[in-house]
Amino acid sequence: MIPGQPRLEIRELTVAFGARVVSDISHLAIAPGEIVGLAGESGSGKSMTATAILGLGRTAGASVSGSVALNGRELIGLPERELRHVRGRQIAMIFQSPVGSFNPVFKVGDVFERALRLHGASKRAAREQAASALEEVLLSPNLLDRFPHQLSGGQAQRVAIALALALRSEVLLADEPTSALDVTVQAEILDLLRSVRKESNMSVLFISHDLAVIAELCDRIAVMQRGKIVETGLARRVLTEPSDPYTRELVASVPRLGTGMVAG
Amino acid sequence: MSERPALLEVRGLDVRFGAVHAVNDVSFTLPAGPYGLGLVGESGSGKTTTGRAVMRLAPIGNGSILVDGRDVTRLRGAELKRSRRLVQIVFQDPDATLDPRMRVGSAIGEAMLAHRLAPKRQIGERVGLLLENVGLEPEHARRFPHQLSGGQRQRVAFARALAVEPRMLVLDEPTSALDVTVQARILRLIAGLRRERRLAYLLISHNLAVVEELCEEAAVMYLGRIVERGPTSALLSNPSHPYTAALRSAVPHIGVRTHARPLVPGPPPNAAEPPSGCAFHPRCPLAIDRCRSEVPAVRPIATGRVVACHRAEEVLAGG
Repeated sequence: MIPGQPRLEIRELTVAFGARVVSDISHLAIAPGEIVGLAGESGSGKSMTATAILGLGRTAGASVSGSVALNGRELIGLPERELRHVRGRQIAMIFQSPVGSFNPVFKVGDVFERALRLHGASKRAAREQAASALEEVLLSPNLLDRFPHQLSGGQAQRVAIALALALRSEVLLADEPTSALDVTVQAEILDLLRSVRKESNMSVLFISHDLAVIAELCDRIAVMQRGKIVETGLARRVLTEPSDPYTRELVASVPRLGTGMVAG
Repeated sequence: MSERPALLEVRGLDVRFGAVHAVNDVSFTLPAGPYGLGLVGESGSGKTTTGRAVMRLAPIGNGSILVDGRDVTRLRGAELKRSRRLVQIVFQDPDATLDPRMRVGSAIGEAMLAHRLAPKRQIGERVGLLLENVGLEPEHARRFPHQLSGGQRQRVAFARALAVEPRMLVLDEPTSALDVTVQARILRLIAGLRRERRLAYLLISHNLAVVEELCEEAAVMYLGRIVERGPTSALLSNPSHPYTAALRSAVPHIGVRTHARPLVPGPPPNAAEPPSGCAFHPRCPLAIDRCRSEVPAVRPIATGRVVACHRAEEVLAGG
């Protein structure tokens, strides 16, 4: 890898369903160990952007053009066989519904074993790597014998993050990973993502409608509206001194603690 | 906390679902509007079940619910119908309230007709006025729910609730499914309706900032019980229960990068097997032996404030 090269770089990426362009990003780069927030409301195109990064745009029925480069290697146009190696191994994804993103008939341990063996580990090594990954996210290895429905939402999200750690993924695409969680559990998951970034230098694209969460977690932010990035920069700066009118409206809409009653 | 006579008085409310004691000895009052009481807490705290019980939509085990002085837990038939007109509910998901095959106008008019609030020939005009009142156009009456946006559908849900001229609303996470800019508009709508119609409401929300914007008073629930209740600003700026303090510290902020470690480790406990003593003790940084054995009673701690914590004085002093 070339020093200073972004880990993930998107250029002129267009995702469209027929004539309807849902994502049209001229440039977005994520450095190693950087957490970038992709903010926007429903329908802004943030999730389809992640889908396209994973090379699943066509599976979702969209046409994708442009460039998505991982450590300088172009992913758009790679054959499915090679993409499958990128997915999970190099780019992992976690979702809003942590329990729902697991196949309900597999125990946690089976999920790890299948994923790790697919990427070349022996059965025994897979088991050991799974147990140590769970410990890294502060879960007991006993959870390997549980089914997804036997986990709480927070536990399931930790397991999903542990899976990315076990596979030594370089990029984590996190699509609203704390939106379905209670606020105390959300605080724990944000803490975990901070420590994961620090320990493993993972890059994170954190997709969220919640600007306050992005303000606390992310280094940089890109605000999306109708498929386009309307403002980007340091998260703290953009969210305290937004310059784009849409970003300003978004920021002003967030209810804040300590401002008192607005109702008279 | 108000001298005004109570519009809603809940005393010792108990709701059980099998082994789960969803609402455990909950008491509070709501004066006539304009007034907002926020019920906050995390999933499984019993806040939604409390709201549903007030609507008599949950099985009430023990306790009484007085609306305008009459115990609705004992009402039947026509009397129950009359009392239900006084209290209406708006849910998180407007699609759960609106029949997809019914035009907006019929959905709102139906409620007026059911309570014989207007002769049939006046319904159309009344529906139009109501739609304007919630920030829509009279023309929206001809639309079907799927022809409206999520925010517009939530406005229709408000219009339908207001159609029977209630004195009080139960608002169950009314903005949680909406985008933040739409949420801001619905919050302004609630503030406006409250003023114009002198409404009282029970606002159920996981979002402390939303409760702070709309409610004079807040009650924090944990595993079926109210652990703290008082004026919202005092309760949030200076909590007297460690769980309130933890909730507040877990709320992310724009502008201040707190990086505060969450004060409450671990997930909320299993509601079917609640911990002994104070249900919060396994996650509480201040727990002592007494907390593990003795359920703390709800007691006054400051003007207009009650708390259920053995160490509330220390929490309050600690800020």
